Amino acid sequence: MLASRALVRGLQSGFWRRVSTSSAAWAAHTHDVDVVDCSVPQYNNRLDTPLPDVPFVRNLSAEQKKLKEKEKGSWTQLTKEEKLALYRLTHELSYAEMRQGSKEWMTVLGGIFIFLGFTGLLVWWQRVYVYGDVPHTLSEEWVAQQTQRMIDMRVNPVHGFSHKWDYEKKQWK
Amino acid sequence: CHPPGMRKPVSRTMFRAALQLSVSGARSLTRSRPQYTASVAARSYSHGKQETDEEFDARWVTYFSKPDIDAWELRKGMNTLIGYDLVPEPKILDAALRACRRLNDLASAIRILEAVKDKSGPHKEIYPYVLQELQPTLNELGIPTPEELGIDKA
Repeated sequence: MLASRALVRGLQSGFWRRVSTSSAAWAAHTHDVDVVDCSVPQYNNRLDTPLPDVPFVRNLSAEQKKLKEKEKGSWTQLTKEEKLALYRLTHELSYAEMRQGSKEWMTVLGGIFIFLGFTGLLVWWQRVYVYGDVPHTLSEEWVAQQTQRMIDMRVNPVHGFSHKWDYEKKQWK
Repeated sequence: CHPPGMRKPVSRTMFRAALQLSVSGARSLTRSRPQYTASVAARSYSHGKQETDEEFDARWVTYFSKPDIDAWELRKGMNTLIGYDLVPEPKILDAALRACRRLNDLASAIRILEAVKDKSGPHKEIYPYVLQELQPTLNELGIPTPEELGIDKA
C-alpha cells in the first residue's frame, strides 16, 4: 500500500518536472540533467548565494555572443529586453521565482486522501465479506442479560457503572 | 552582550525599526537615516578589539574597489557579504556595482539589487532606501532595477 502510493507520487513529480521545462530551455542548460558532473562548479539557484559559480547558459549562440559583446559597452545603450536577456543568460531563476512556492502540496494531499479513501473501501469490503459473525455474547439479548447481572452485582458502585443506575427508580440516572 | 557602539543585526531590530518609523512619521527617509542598514562586526569575539561599523564598511568598499578585481573575487565577496547577518551599506553596494561594471557583468549587478531586497526580509523600508541612495550610480551605469525588468514578481 505504502509502496504503491510512493510510486505514484514519484511518477507524478517526475511528470511535472518534464512538463515544466520547455525543450528550448532544456537545450540551453549548461548540463544534461541525467549526467551532472559534480567535479566542476555547477550552477545553482540559492537565495544565500546571489552570484553562482557559473552562469546558467554556457553555450552561447551567435546572437547571445553579440549581446555579450554589447554588454562590454555602456549599459545605457542596452534596451530593457537586452538587459533582461543578459540577466536570464546568467541566472535561471530570479529571487521572486526562487521564493515562489508551488501547488504540489495540493496534489500530494489529494493523493493521500484518494488512497486513504480507497483503503477505506477495501477495509469495508473486508469487513462485510471476509470477517465472520461476531461472537454470540454480543447479541442484544445477551448484552441485556449481562447488563442486568452487572447491575445486580453492583459493578463499580462508587464512580462507575452501577453508580449511574438509580436503584430506587430502576432506571439509568 | 553587545559591545558598546555595535549596532544590532537585522534579525533583532524588528521593534527598533518599528519605533524608528513611527518616530520619523512625516519626515522623509533621507533625513532619518535608518540605522539597521548599518553593518556590524562579523565576528563576535569576547576579547580583542571589535571592528567598528565604519571599519567594516571601509574594508568592504576597499575590497570591491580593487581596480583589477576578478569575477571570482566579486562572486566570493558578494556571496560572503550576503551571508552576514546585515544588509550592506549603500556605499559597499556602490563599490560592488562598479566592480560589476569593470567586469562587464550587468546580470550580477541586477542580482545584487535583488539580493539586497531579499536580505532585508520583513524590513520593507530598507530596499527603497538603498535604491534611493544608489539611484545616481544606477543611472550613471545604466543598471535597471529588478522592478523595471519585471523580475521582482514571479
